[in-house]
Amino acid sequence: MSGFEIKKSGTQYDAVIVGSGAGGGMAGYVLANAGLKVLMLEAGAYFDPRIDSAQLKWPWESPRRGARTTRPFGDFDASYGGWQLDGEPYTQKDNSEFAWFRSRMLGGRTNHWGRISLRMGPDDFKPKDGLTDDWPLTYQELKPFYDKIDRMIGIYGSVEGIESEPDGIFMKPPKPRLNELFIKKGAKSVGVPVIAGRGSVLTEELKDNKDRGQCFYCGQCGRSCKVYADFSSSSCLVIPAVKTGNLTVITNAMVREVLTDKSGKATGVSYVNTKDMQEYQVLGKTVILGASACESARLLLNSKSPAHPNGLANNSGVVGKYLHDSTGASLGGYLPQLMDRKRYNEDGAGSVHIYSPWWLDNSKLDFPRGYHIEYGGGMHMPGYGFGWGIDNLNGTVPGRDGKPKEAGGYGATLKDDYRRFYGTAIGMAGRGTAIARETNYCEIDPTVVDKFGIPVLRFHYKWAPEEVKQAKHMQDTFQEIMHSMGAVITSGIPGPESSYGLEAPGKIIHEVGTVRMGADPKKSALNKWCQAHDCNNLFVVDAAPFVQQGDKNATWTILALSMRTAEYILQQKDKLNIS
Amino acid sequence: MNRRDSLKALGLTALSTGVLIQACKPGEEKAAAITADGELPPGRQEFEVARDKDLNAAKFFNDHEMATITVLVDIIIPKDDKSGSASEAKVPDFIEFIVKDMPSNQTPMRGGLKWLDLQCLGRYDKAFKDTSPAQQIEMVDDIAYPKKVKPGMQQGVAFFSLLRDLTASGFYTTEIGIKDLGFVGNVPNVWDGVPADVLKQYGMQDV
Repeated sequence: MSGFEIKKSGTQYDAVIVGSGAGGGMAGYVLANAGLKVLMLEAGAYFDPRIDSAQLKWPWESPRRGARTTRPFGDFDASYGGWQLDGEPYTQKDNSEFAWFRSRMLGGRTNHWGRISLRMGPDDFKPKDGLTDDWPLTYQELKPFYDKIDRMIGIYGSVEGIESEPDGIFMKPPKPRLNELFIKKGAKSVGVPVIAGRGSVLTEELKDNKDRGQCFYCGQCGRSCKVYADFSSSSCLVIPAVKTGNLTVITNAMVREVLTDKSGKATGVSYVNTKDMQEYQVLGKTVILGASACESARLLLNSKSPAHPNGLANNSGVVGKYLHDSTGASLGGYLPQLMDRKRYNEDGAGSVHIYSPWWLDNSKLDFPRGYHIEYGGGMHMPGYGFGWGIDNLNGTVPGRDGKPKEAGGYGATLKDDYRRFYGTAIGMAGRGTAIARETNYCEIDPTVVDKFGIPVLRFHYKWAPEEVKQAKHMQDTFQEIMHSMGAVITSGIPGPESSYGLEAPGKIIHEVGTVRMGADPKKSALNKWCQAHDCNNLFVVDAAPFVQQGDKNATWTILALSMRTAEYILQQKDKLNIS
Repeated sequence: MNRRDSLKALGLTALSTGVLIQACKPGEEKAAAITADGELPPGRQEFEVARDKDLNAAKFFNDHEMATITVLVDIIIPKDDKSGSASEAKVPDFIEFIVKDMPSNQTPMRGGLKWLDLQCLGRYDKAFKDTSPAQQIEMVDDIAYPKKVKPGMQQGVAFFSLLRDLTASGFYTTEIGIKDLGFVGNVPNVWDGVPADVLKQYGMQDV
């Protein structure tokens, strides 16, 4: 006996879904609730926030006090994974610095995300500047799905009537914290609008839903929520869909390839069990990829067959191309007038309380697309890193006695300084539109495989002057806001040597665009229903289909697109031969 | 589900939140270890549990180094009328753990302690921990102020700055430190905006 065999299941599901994040979760939810028999494969472990969340733990319950040693956002953060996974490398071409974040768990990255839930606007789908390609659908076509998502999942925000920042169906937003009132006042004084944040956190009871609790304001959405008061795909989509009896989930199942028959139709997928390294094949009448933008592109490129010699859904050659992540830059400081502030609980909600939607006209600027600003600060629960660099703070203002104070120090007066500065910090971060370019891409590395023997991705991604100029504008704006409220900047002011603090692509974890939609099969991989031009029973429901992301965070659009695609699959049941 | 049901689902009511805090006192932290039947604690990954076990079993600092660290952290954060000292909050144990967790701190810490002892041997003919409290302060004064560092003391400043940061992080992440700061969050509550007296204090009523 060779001891090596591929275990083939005789069951043919109506749909096999790869990935359990926002896209896979939503498709699974819609199809299972409609009565289809669905199999979902997740590369990582099972995760139920009700059981597995570290919510309400104290810093001393982690030996490293919440430090980031094994998790990029800290020991209490609800993400299994990060920018580097043991045994699952990726490579770079021409000194690229693309950073690829992967969460390997039920619900994927939705367990720890910031819950900032923004709709893209009409111009994001049909750009007026002609610089990037149109989406094959308009905001008006997607709006009903955004509306349904708002009602089904719940979102807080304020109705503003800004065309490029479409309003949703909102619950009441959390009120600003003290630091945020300073920011709001300061920003407005320099012409930067500030509105209530838009977050998928239940500040009110969710109608007709008995499973999800209301927010109790611990400010820890990043740890995922034990009462399901925030949106995670695990708690809000996958676990409820399993309860229908129509969805089967297999965890620790790393999909290797999409299988196709001689005619080129998808027949299922092959995967490796990451625990026992056994190989499996499962069958589906449709195959739906929601593995994340880059992972779905990798799967397609690795699924070569006589019918699809260039990789599946890749007659156009665009799979992997047009990769883009949001731009990001930030600035930090503190408000001297908040020293010795009164203590009270201001944990608030774990998504943003306020933000600045893009407010300027790019035709009058030297860069083509805008950004929004997210703000933070206040009396947070201390964790590892607390008090770090006090010598950058305590020499910048007089001591309690009114005399100049030497930076650094020790003893009783230092201890007093930690108290005095507590809760004075403020931070601001820009998240902007990066241009989708054919020259920024991922491809299969011809020589490297991961520990499962699967060929890995190689990235080629360079920022262009458009993004650098945008980052410069962010920094100028941040400084203007800081100065307007009398803040002291402590993070250092990044200049041209660091491209104005522009983060490496991938660091903002909004990567999209690698299996793009389009009306023209020569220039796109998917049609307007996220259905492959070259394989009509193959769909992609993560952020890979995005033609061009706006400055808005991707998740709400992933959910809306995935719901729309799942409903399309239901309408096409006969054509797709689904029971 | 309404708010009361949420808290029930969490196993909490407004009244029982005090119990929650008491249930998580320092020293009572549940060791993140694989149970007898091999099950992982909730929300932890297998490699994390194994790694923590290995780190806890290893020892980095020797007794002399630990004693020196203990003197130093209490100079940085001493007991005062509001709260206890760094060593009372077990900061030396935290530093022992964190240099194993983040090995890049090992050489700066070990080398810095050695640098300090050699300085004191030259000045006072004794290792740092064995010098008098006045001599210890005299020594620390030379390395505690990064902006007015004397020539030849830069290495000491770098070491002391790292130790100060580790001490602060270690101290303010304990129950003693959190009470000292006056942090009152991490409990279920209703956020209804900045209290009226605070709004008034900063003139923010109309923002």
